[in-house]
Amino acid sequence: MTTSAAAKLVAAREIRMKLRDKTFIFSTVFFLLVAVASTVLPALIEGGPTKVAVSDSAAVTALRNAGLEVSVVPDDAAAERVLRDGDVDAAVVSGPKVLAMDETPADVVGALSASPPVQLLDPDAVNPFLKFVVPFALAFLFFVTSFTFGMQIAQSVTEEKQTRIVEILVSSIPVRALLAGKVGAITLLAFGQIALIALVAFAGIQIADVDTEVVSLVGPAIGWFIPFFVLGFVMLATLWAGVGALAARQEDLAGASTPLQMAVMLPFFAVLFLTDNEPVMRILSYIPFSAPIAMPVRLFNSDAAAWEPVVSLLILAISAAVFLRVGARVYEGSLLRTNGRTSFATAWRTRSTIGS
Amino acid sequence: MTNVLSVNAISRSFGDRQVLKDVTFDVGAGRMTGFVGANGAGKTTTMRIMLGVLGADSGEVRWQGRPLTRDARQSFGYMPEERGLYPKMTVADQIVYLARLHGMSAGDARRSTDALLERLGLSDRSGDLVEKLSLGNQQRVQIAAALVHNPEVLVLDEPFSGLDPLAVDVVLGVLRDRAAAGAPVLFSSHQLDVVERLCDDLVIIADGTIRAAGSRHQLRISHALPRYRIEVGADAGWIRDQPGVTLLELDGAQAVFDLDPGTDDQEVLRAALARGPVRAFGPVAPSLTEIFREVNQ
Repeated sequence: MTTSAAAKLVAAREIRMKLRDKTFIFSTVFFLLVAVASTVLPALIEGGPTKVAVSDSAAVTALRNAGLEVSVVPDDAAAERVLRDGDVDAAVVSGPKVLAMDETPADVVGALSASPPVQLLDPDAVNPFLKFVVPFALAFLFFVTSFTFGMQIAQSVTEEKQTRIVEILVSSIPVRALLAGKVGAITLLAFGQIALIALVAFAGIQIADVDTEVVSLVGPAIGWFIPFFVLGFVMLATLWAGVGALAARQEDLAGASTPLQMAVMLPFFAVLFLTDNEPVMRILSYIPFSAPIAMPVRLFNSDAAAWEPVVSLLILAISAAVFLRVGARVYEGSLLRTNGRTSFATAWRTRSTIGS
Repeated sequence: MTNVLSVNAISRSFGDRQVLKDVTFDVGAGRMTGFVGANGAGKTTTMRIMLGVLGADSGEVRWQGRPLTRDARQSFGYMPEERGLYPKMTVADQIVYLARLHGMSAGDARRSTDALLERLGLSDRSGDLVEKLSLGNQQRVQIAAALVHNPEVLVLDEPFSGLDPLAVDVVLGVLRDRAAAGAPVLFSSHQLDVVERLCDDLVIIADGTIRAAGSRHQLRISHALPRYRIEVGADAGWIRDQPGVTLLELDGAQAVFDLDPGTDDQEVLRAALARGPVRAFGPVAPSLTEIFREVNQ
């Protein structure tokens, strides 16, 4: 049997087990609910256009043109009554005068007044709200995915070590097939989960008819985000597998994986808090561990030149290839050392003990 | 006879501690070979090297006259000393998965698993998670994991430990079938009586070196002491005064004794006949335990 055929068998088992795992199912359902809630709910809560009762017939046309829901009432007293009853959000009475309960209804006032044309000479490239939300969302997505799924790879490796089945596995198939199958399966699951959530969120946007400006603005950043994400994820995944092999028991895993947890967490917080610090972001966007987050954010803010993501992606690809070897070597060197935690240095040296 | 698994001059050290020194022996086709040695003698290390789980510092393992490759090893069945299964997988799924890792098609793996679980008396547990099984039953599943792909060679590290007598018989039956089909079967054990009862050939290891290897019969002859048992008509106590005799056991008319080198056994027999009837007289073959003790000295 070839290594890739063996890797496929390993991956298939890994995926089957995960799809039966309650934690995985619950987390997927939870994220789907969040996706639905965050796209559909705001539109539902907003509850459509402002309702306004009008007794001054001269104002009706202007209000209707502004897209408000207008109901004509016979007199000022009736207008005030329906407003107090909560049937409308505002009322326009003779004068004309605008009535409202506790807040000036800006859209009603705007519809009735003439405002001069405005021209901004230096507009923000990006809506300030999106400017905060999009980097945060991308960074969060990468952080959560590479952390939770990475931890799952490590746990699955440690489980095989702890239950000692690893010796049977290694006597049947090459260690590399085992590693590749595991990393491949978890990568597929991670991207499957994200794709599903993205699909539901996108459907939610369509159904709720949210301003599509968001989609067109985020689009290019997402386009770059995907290759960065994939390479970054695979790079970390193999390291997670190596870390999982260092631990002999699940209890050791937290300790063994601390350096890697830091390597995932620090870039997240750095990008989160230093988004506005241009020089720092420039550096972060070339470091392999933070590039998957920092470069798409810079692209989104139009801070990066066209060649920059290409170079950064190249660096990431090279380091992914290097870390793939490091992770594999640590994995091979520590997989069969079942007595306690193996140090990184020992794992690195003892690679030769596994037969070919 | 090409289906021989040969261990050729294997040496292995862990740090500065040498655990195997020039280990050499054959596991013949269709032979049940017992691998015995004290704890720490090197049995498990040898088996791990045979299965490619561990590398050797020098020497090689040969199968069918050629150096053993990973592809050839796929047809081996291995039961490691440290037992292991996926606790959260069902019995049948687990065995099918391991069969497929050994290169079986999905259909063959399923059929072989069903047949083997039936034979091991686990059919009604095939849908249960392994962690729900008793230790004895987990042990049977472990045996199934080593046998499911109809291996051409079996290497089993302490296969009978933790098994109840009934399960020992079942497992033994399966192993004998594999041997009868021509597979070399190597199993280690420290229960010497079990090995003595089961195996055709023996390999004895101590301190990382092979002290004795060969067929059980051959070993008994070559390690035979000048020891005899005699049964006479009356009390056999006189024998202790016979020249060249060291009396070991005396029980009324029966006695077991060693002869000094150069003493003629027929001399003793004649002396006995002169005193009355002799019911039995003959050499005593050493038990495996005695051979083991001797080679370990």
